[in-house]
Amino acid sequence: MATTLTPPLAADGVKHEETQPSVGGGGFPPPARPRDGGGDGSDRPDPVAQAVFRYKLGTWVGIAGIVMVFAAFTSALVVRSGLSGDWVAVELPRVLWLSTALLLISSLTIEKAKRLLRRGVGVRQWLTVTLGFGVLFIGSQWFGWRALAERGIYVSSNPGSSFFYLLTAAHAVHILGGILALSYAVIRVWRPGVWVTRQAAVEATAIYWHFMDALWVYLLLLLMFWR
Amino acid sequence: MTEVAEYVEVHRHPEPTSFISKWIFSIDHKVIGIQYILLAIVAVFIGMGLSLLVRLRLVWPEKSFAILGDLFPIGAPDGVMTPEFYLAMLTMHGTVMVFMVLTTAPQGGFGNYFLPIQIGAADMAFPRLNMLSFWTTFLSFCALMVAFLVEGGAPISGWTAYPPLSALNAAAMEGTGQDWWIISIALFCIASLLGALNFIVTTLELRAKGLTMMRLPLTVWTWFVTAILGLLAFGVLLAAGILLLLDRNLGTSFFIPGGLVVNDQLVNHSGGSPILWQHLFWFFGHPEVYIAILPGMGVTSHVLATFARKTVFGYKAMVYAILAIGGLGFVVWGHHMFMSGMSPYSAFVFSVLTMCIGVPSAIKTFNWIGTLWGGKIRFTTPMLYAIGFVSLFVTGGLSGIFLGQPTVDLWFHDTYFVVAHFHLIMGVAAIFGMFSGLTFWFPKMFGRFMSEGLGRIHFWLTFIGVYAIFGPMHYLGMIPHPRRYAETTGVDFLAAGGANEIQYFITIAAMITITAQFLFLFNFLWSLFKGKVCTEDNPWEATTLEWAIPSPPPHDNFAGKIPTVYRGAYDFSLPNAKRDFAMQCNSDEMVFPRSSGD
Repeated sequence: MATTLTPPLAADGVKHEETQPSVGGGGFPPPARPRDGGGDGSDRPDPVAQAVFRYKLGTWVGIAGIVMVFAAFTSALVVRSGLSGDWVAVELPRVLWLSTALLLISSLTIEKAKRLLRRGVGVRQWLTVTLGFGVLFIGSQWFGWRALAERGIYVSSNPGSSFFYLLTAAHAVHILGGILALSYAVIRVWRPGVWVTRQAAVEATAIYWHFMDALWVYLLLLLMFWR
Repeated sequence: MTEVAEYVEVHRHPEPTSFISKWIFSIDHKVIGIQYILLAIVAVFIGMGLSLLVRLRLVWPEKSFAILGDLFPIGAPDGVMTPEFYLAMLTMHGTVMVFMVLTTAPQGGFGNYFLPIQIGAADMAFPRLNMLSFWTTFLSFCALMVAFLVEGGAPISGWTAYPPLSALNAAAMEGTGQDWWIISIALFCIASLLGALNFIVTTLELRAKGLTMMRLPLTVWTWFVTAILGLLAFGVLLAAGILLLLDRNLGTSFFIPGGLVVNDQLVNHSGGSPILWQHLFWFFGHPEVYIAILPGMGVTSHVLATFARKTVFGYKAMVYAILAIGGLGFVVWGHHMFMSGMSPYSAFVFSVLTMCIGVPSAIKTFNWIGTLWGGKIRFTTPMLYAIGFVSLFVTGGLSGIFLGQPTVDLWFHDTYFVVAHFHLIMGVAAIFGMFSGLTFWFPKMFGRFMSEGLGRIHFWLTFIGVYAIFGPMHYLGMIPHPRRYAETTGVDFLAAGGANEIQYFITIAAMITITAQFLFLFNFLWSLFKGKVCTEDNPWEATTLEWAIPSPPPHDNFAGKIPTVYRGAYDFSLPNAKRDFAMQCNSDEMVFPRSSGD
């Protein structure tokens, strides 16, 4: 079945060059090349690279949507903190620094996994390590919420605490999504399967995970300095 | 060849065989498009029924309708609608229409079905995500319907859900209806974000060879820009909805001010701002207007060019106008809030920016008329609806210029003038875009034509009907007749202005127009099974890629043979050509006789 179908960009009848594995590639094709535009008449791009790029672009577009959610939360925070004088800034629990460290390190580990992708060794291990850090981050955040609750600060205590819980929880939900994506990427890399989906899964997840990291640093700074 | 073949194997899903995978949980963009359209058709009839109740209550506030007493024993005891019931119907009418009809059908329905085909793709970029979008939308629709059934009934705070009314849980005689409303909207936001992502990547990445952005059909342009608007707008509504849900259920005070007394009880909240909700809501709400209308503009351009047998007048200007409308749509939300106590300086800025939207809108209107000018016009039903769209767009747009002035808006704010304005431009014009699209693409989608005769009758009844309904509302607004009041028949200054007679006339006109919609429904259903069979690929002699494949299209659209595109989307009436049109996939050798080159 597979071979009878024409690949989308080779449909003009010109035989498409096979993608050759790179030197010492362990059966893996060369890295994805970014390409310009769609089928706008440019030279036939590499369909594998195109497919991988599609997933990466999808991730970026999704990130734009998430940015808008947090932009809305931020503007609500800025407006609300300027009203009524009932704002009490939350003294951040110390465990958040542990969370931050965990997430920063996980960004490095997933980058490592991504860079090993071409060589095909150690990807799964580094992804699993990242996954572990992600789970630890959620655990660390949980302790942060517990620490606040023990101080008697709940979501409805004052607008400052409302926003603290709201922003950290909204971020945690997105981290959970990242953990799901990581799990999927681990499975993809584990199972012998199609290179395209493997590469796409790892690269797209890496973009998302870095964004989660940056988003967390942003939220932390916002909660620290907008008092 | 292995990698490419494997990739193709993964991407091109095989044709499903079971009923469930083919028609229910389908990942085929065409089936998903039809699912969206069917959802919108169900929703539009529910929304229309609700508007009928609103109209009945306005004209006969005391009258008993036995059937309502049976259906809604609390909202309409003994068949007489309570004011709260009126507000609930009004809220649900707005919500159902704006979200479940105006946002789903033009983008999710027609966009899903035709965007991939018009750009020469086998499917959307992410077919499974596409399925997820639809079913999340469906869940959202179900959650909205649950709001009717819970204790306390449907929410009463309008489709804009302004706090404090929407944010107070116990005080305002409400049960969980408003919570279900928020859950429904939140789900809808998520579904729309996923859909928007899919549309954007598909348009950028899956275009056939030769199909540059400036050769795209204008329909694709409008779906693309609509997706960008959705991507940037729905996240904000989602955030606002979450805040509102927290205010209602977890005791936070984002939107509820301190010292509020409702039903003689001091509300236990402090310091929030209802205006904050208005800002967040309208930052979404104004782009939402363009989300509803832009695809209609695209269809109108497409249909006008096809049946005037002329290329779209000023194609590039049309594209830039679409982009300008989309961009400006994000910086004018304050014109919904002139009366919120905003600084006159802010109001001035929002007003000027609002006026700026008049420029690209005028460009579009001018170009539509330019497209029609001197054309060999074929008055088919889709063409009638498209011309109707232009008429409604102009009428609705002109009243927008009045409302965009803060000083004039002092008088018109929250009157029937506003109701007339947004119904004409956002509601009815967009619906006419859908009528046009459905009748135009029906032969492609289902392999049969809709009845032209019934279509004409429906067009004239509806076209005259909507003007009869919304035209007099401008006058009502000048009295000024406030909107959202359940009972105005006994108000002296309104009665003196003739409001009672006008309201009566509007209700009668609405009843006739609503009845006419069943004609369209009948035409749709009858034509599905008994309509004239469409044997040709290109019955309208149109130019875009969807007309280069069989009607209805095969499972993977192009049967593996993705066409190459050689020309722009609207090459009609070419001099020296063999036919009076050239399809996008026709090379010059196919279009012109061989001798023409000499």
